[in-house]
Amino acid sequence: MITVTHYLVLSAILFTLGVVGVLVRRNAIIIFMCIELMLNAVNLSFVAFAHYLNSMQGQLFVFFTMTVAAAEAAVGLAIIVAVFRNKETVNIDDINIMKW
Amino acid sequence: MLNLVGLILLFPLIGTAINGLIGKRLRKETVGYVACGSIGLSFFISVLVFCGLLLLPPGERLFEKQLFSWIESGSFKSTAGLQVDPLSSLMILIVTGVGFLIHIYSIGYMHEDKGYHRYFCYLNLFTFSMLLLVLGNNFLLMFIGWEAVGLCSYLLIGFWFEKKSASNAAKKAFVVNRVGDFGFALGIMLVFLTFHSIDFTEVFSAASHGNFEAGSFTVTIITLLMFMGATGKSAQIPLYTWLPDAMEGPTPVSALIHAATMVTAGVYMIARCNVLYMLSPFTMTVVASVGAVTALFAASIGLVQNDIKRVLAYSTISQLGYMFLACGVGAFTAGVFHLMTHAFFKALLFLGSGSVIHALSGEQDMRKMGGLRNHIPVTYKTFLVGAVAIAGIPPFAGFFSKDEILLESLVRGNLLYWIVGAVAAFLTAFYMFRLLFMTFHGVSRVEHHAMEHLHESPGNMTLPLTVLAALSFFGGFLGIPGASVINSFLAPVFGGHGHTEVSGAEAGVHHSAWLSSLMMVVSTAIALAGIFLAYQMYSKKPELPGKLAERFRVIYKLLLNKYYVDEIYDALFVNPIKKISVQLWKRVDAGMIDGSVNGIARLVGGFSNILRLLQTGYVRNYAFYIVVGCIFIIIFAVLGKVKF
Amino acid sequence: MEAYLFYIMAAVAVASGVYLIFEKNPVFSALYLIQTMVSIAVLYILLEAQFIAAVQIIVYAGAIMVLFLFVIMLLNLDIKEEAKNALPFQRIPAVLMGIAFFTVICIVLRSKLLQGKHGEYTTAYINSIGNTKLIGNLLFTDYLLPFEITSILLFVAAIGAIMLAKRKL
Repeated sequence: MITVTHYLVLSAILFTLGVVGVLVRRNAIIIFMCIELMLNAVNLSFVAFAHYLNSMQGQLFVFFTMTVAAAEAAVGLAIIVAVFRNKETVNIDDINIMKW
Repeated sequence: MLNLVGLILLFPLIGTAINGLIGKRLRKETVGYVACGSIGLSFFISVLVFCGLLLLPPGERLFEKQLFSWIESGSFKSTAGLQVDPLSSLMILIVTGVGFLIHIYSIGYMHEDKGYHRYFCYLNLFTFSMLLLVLGNNFLLMFIGWEAVGLCSYLLIGFWFEKKSASNAAKKAFVVNRVGDFGFALGIMLVFLTFHSIDFTEVFSAASHGNFEAGSFTVTIITLLMFMGATGKSAQIPLYTWLPDAMEGPTPVSALIHAATMVTAGVYMIARCNVLYMLSPFTMTVVASVGAVTALFAASIGLVQNDIKRVLAYSTISQLGYMFLACGVGAFTAGVFHLMTHAFFKALLFLGSGSVIHALSGEQDMRKMGGLRNHIPVTYKTFLVGAVAIAGIPPFAGFFSKDEILLESLVRGNLLYWIVGAVAAFLTAFYMFRLLFMTFHGVSRVEHHAMEHLHESPGNMTLPLTVLAALSFFGGFLGIPGASVINSFLAPVFGGHGHTEVSGAEAGVHHSAWLSSLMMVVSTAIALAGIFLAYQMYSKKPELPGKLAERFRVIYKLLLNKYYVDEIYDALFVNPIKKISVQLWKRVDAGMIDGSVNGIARLVGGFSNILRLLQTGYVRNYAFYIVVGCIFIIIFAVLGKVKF
Repeated sequence: MEAYLFYIMAAVAVASGVYLIFEKNPVFSALYLIQTMVSIAVLYILLEAQFIAAVQIIVYAGAIMVLFLFVIMLLNLDIKEEAKNALPFQRIPAVLMGIAFFTVICIVLRSKLLQGKHGEYTTAYINSIGNTKLIGNLLFTDYLLPFEITSILLFVAAIGAIMLAKRKL
């Protein structure tokens, strides 16, 4: 029998993978994809909770999350394109002028 | 009419405001009209007030006008009020009257100066301050005026501040005056502690009816502290050194501030506080001794000075010494009388010297003058009147006042005062006529280029000279012995306390009419002797002074260098204080205070330098901190409630 | 059957996630992400959320990931070795932090903290109406305001993307 905990553990694993990805990769686009992975992991736990608690709110929340993710992807990728156009790189270790 | 007294103060203040704020944009004529007009109006009101006072019966000639409540703090109360009595009404007449004439004179004298409006702004401000000083009805208001005239004096001595010597002289005057004012301020505080009031009326009635015995310690301290202020302001030993240097200012300023009015503030103050001073015989002795010594001391320096204004400056110090001598022996009337006549003839002499300097395009050294008699006749004639007046030849003004002081010092004081005073009178006559002969008589030693521009001063300069000459001639008739108008006029101010003393003195005068007459003859003889000697030395045998100087080389050098007082002060006070100040500046200020402030700043800066390394600019780095933060937040927020 | 399907899909999702992180080529990374998303969509169907599953495929795997691939190829980033690594020392702490993070979450999951109230939308009830119809009803009744706001959000995002992508910023 698959319980909610199974889904939540899977969600936690995927989320952690996303976190580690953000911390170790340097390609801005891959970091962005890791963020999408974290969003997906959270979505999964939302839907799992909705199912096991007999509620629709989880599913609706996921719907809104997806909308936000779509908007974020559009703007984020536009920023990456703009940065690349200026600095000829998407390696975020080369983009470090925002400091003292 | 007495109610108008506030206007006397108001006009000069308006003049100051106009010339100070918009004077730069006004035409020179307008500036002059505003300045002279304000003082003229002020003089007019002063005359009205004076007449108003005369209409009252002699016993009730005291009018106080409360303007507003000024400071109230705990038990301390001070109102801003004006007091008109015979003494202050006489003073306002002198200040506005002589001030008016000098303002008119200044229009001609300062005409070429680019700081024209600034000059008149200061001069009006000075008049306002001086009037405040003499009209204030309490010690604090008087002190305000006292300080304000000091400020104006500073500003006007340093009027040509581009000149190093002028700005130095201004600083010197300011600092030396502060020494005296320090004592004066302490005296006022002590007055408040002793009498719980600073109003003249209250303090003096408390002092005369209170339980203060003559010679009480507190009163002695108060009066001595106040006298310290007077020595500063009125240039007495030991604080006189600033006045000769003050001649760096424009000549009309020397005439108004450093001869006629401001420097007499000390005499006025002592006369005003006569009740307190009469309670302390010791202080009176000090005042008289300081006055007598100063009179002789300054006169002796005046013998050998070659700068025309410096001779007059030392003469002023000497004459102020006379006034203090008079006050010190209790003859306040004589002191104030001499103050008045001195204001006339010394203003005249200064303005005359200014006219000479003007005619010679700025030359002040008497060795480069001579024979000017025919070139500037009006100046010469008026100057002669002034010189005769100060030398004390009857019936000129100086004769009566000086004679009265000498007489009083003999009657009330002792023979020593009289001898010192008489010698000083002899010296005065000598150096004044030395000045006169060197400047106007003999062969001309004027330099060629100055000779070409030699001219008599314009009318607005000679008119005040003429008026002042008339005053110097007639002014003395107010105080003819036996029928002294000024004596009876001032009696309510000085007679309020010990009536017996004044009447005793008058009785003394009356009872020794022969002494009085003898004194007149003696002092006239002394003055004539001085003049004769000067004539012998500087007109008949011009080679004599040089020989004498050669013969008494040491004394001559000593006098020429003013007894080395400036050098002694420098060595004793100025240089040590400078050294200590430099040490304080370098060690305490730059080292400790700046060091600690800068040290803290450097410490913070150092910490920031380390902390800013956290800000790497790498996004992954920040993300790492976010994750660490998240872990801690979860631990703190959730794990505390975990139940397994 | 359901349990098997869950374990298979979970394994695929995790494996794809691991590859996503460690793959050098961004194009492959993107493809692995699509694989994760698809397997998650299958899990949604297992959880009786058919509409969400469909949107996951269409919007995420379809639209967003295509955008990603499009940008990757536009910038021509493929097999290039990543040039500069400014924080090489952060790799091990990062992995350790990831493990710590996972542990903490698991401790929270093991605890009885995550309790919820049961609602009235049972599986039977949802199936009697239809999942999509129910969501549609809710979106246009109870959640109308947030729904309309998402339209503004998307509009703004579109404008922002155009502005950022312009030649002259």
